Amino acid sequence: MQVLLRLTVLLAALGAVPAMAAGPDGEALSQACTSCHGIDGTSPGAMPALAGRPKDELISLMLAFREEGSEATIMNRIVRGYTDDELAALAAYFSNVDVK
Amino acid sequence: MSKLSRRTFVSGAGAALAAPFVLPHLASAAGNPKVVVIGGGFGGTSLARYLRRHNPDVAVTLVERDSTFSTCPFSNGVIGGLWQMEQITFGYDAVAAAGVEVIHDTASAIDATAKTVTLAGGDVLPYDYLVVSPGIKFVWDSIEGYGPEAAEIMPHAWQAGPQTMLLRQQIEAMDDGGLVIIGVPKTPFRCPPGPFERASLIANYLHQHKPKSKVMILDSNESFAKQPLFEEAWAQLYPGMVEWVPGSQSGVVMGVDTATMTVSTSFDDFNPAVANIIPAQRAGQIAIDAGLDEGKGFCPIDPVTFQSTVHKDIYVLGDATIAGAMPKSGFSANNQAKVCGAAILAAIAGKQVAPSKLINVCYSFATPDYAFEIADVFEVKDGSLALSFEDNRTTPLEASQDVHKREAEYAHSWYENITAEMFG
Repeated sequence: MQVLLRLTVLLAALGAVPAMAAGPDGEALSQACTSCHGIDGTSPGAMPALAGRPKDELISLMLAFREEGSEATIMNRIVRGYTDDELAALAAYFSNVDVK
Repeated sequence: MSKLSRRTFVSGAGAALAAPFVLPHLASAAGNPKVVVIGGGFGGTSLARYLRRHNPDVAVTLVERDSTFSTCPFSNGVIGGLWQMEQITFGYDAVAAAGVEVIHDTASAIDATAKTVTLAGGDVLPYDYLVVSPGIKFVWDSIEGYGPEAAEIMPHAWQAGPQTMLLRQQIEAMDDGGLVIIGVPKTPFRCPPGPFERASLIANYLHQHKPKSKVMILDSNESFAKQPLFEEAWAQLYPGMVEWVPGSQSGVVMGVDTATMTVSTSFDDFNPAVANIIPAQRAGQIAIDAGLDEGKGFCPIDPVTFQSTVHKDIYVLGDATIAGAMPKSGFSANNQAKVCGAAILAAIAGKQVAPSKLINVCYSFATPDYAFEIADVFEVKDGSLALSFEDNRTTPLEASQDVHKREAEYAHSWYENITAEMFG
């Protein structure tokens, strides 16, 4: 076990294994969002900006899209493509974007 | 990954190991990995910008024939008179300012063994990684009598630019009471809802300015994208003006005669005032010449990395690919570019990427204030890009005018944001 652990650490240090153990990769997932929401979620127009908004606010907004009667035009449908963990990772990523 | 400069990493490793070139894939002449991108459309430009944003040490060269790029998205609005050509045309100054070497030339050959791209102007570009994003080429002989010359009389307007303006001018010049024909090829083709948005925005213009005119869609297929939403809009906004003819009922355009302005199907001959003939399509010429399509017309790819299944250091993006359930759209190409960019940066670092999720949204306008969309999420299932959900993929039928107006506003905002990501 110790050997296996050390080997894993070594392989990770050499970059030989993908970093998958840590859960969904918010930054990687965010790339699909930014086609509409702007680079790093900084949309200046009608499409809402996501950058720098509190993580909890973003999570509750996305979960609310799942509710019956949501007034969204499109996010109520798109949100169905993501798990709770993925939504949390996305919220964490966008909340950490530095908005200057 | 974005914050960690590879130069810092390499010099750190070099200092520790006193051997700066121990990492794989760093053996190109200048020391930095070199990525060559063929095609400056949604796929290629998005990819080039992604790489420079996420790793400024990667040398990126973009090969694009034209000095400006006009987007197919929003080009139907130009044809329908909603906005101007200048508003959908972009230069490459910001791309160059972001550190991308932009070469305006045509890639004429790829040598996958020597890992070089030869340009029509004679230059030979070596690469560590090559991204091929050439868009489409037309299969001219799919329609008898049609070709590049005929397209000057019966425009396809399926690559935005002078063809878009030609079709716009013809629509403006035609007399009231004339017939506009839109010929739609068999799937797969670029922008599945595009011909029907075009019919909508031409009808929107004719309804206001030439109300006795008609738009007839001759469709080689039996159904089309967002069909119920388009049919709802047509009945509501310009009743009786748009007629759709499926393939089984005389919808397949077999031939044209530009001298007599005749469009022939297997059943009928039509004499329209304006004929917009969209021919069948394949991957761009360079992808075919390099054998990346394996004779299939479009290029098979690894759905996680967009690596060609033919050559491991070549990646293919956008309309030229066979990308499972993803449609051929600028939005798809932009999303694919970012997934591919992450895969290339991982490969440079000797890592692998985990599968991610991709999105495609296609907005269509029926009037300036009336739009609707199809929105899909894609994930890798059984080795292919599949829909994450298969129901309720579009704006619902019987949506309020307020919803259609908001969709139109979001469509504009999407367009501004995605073009800023590429050209801003």
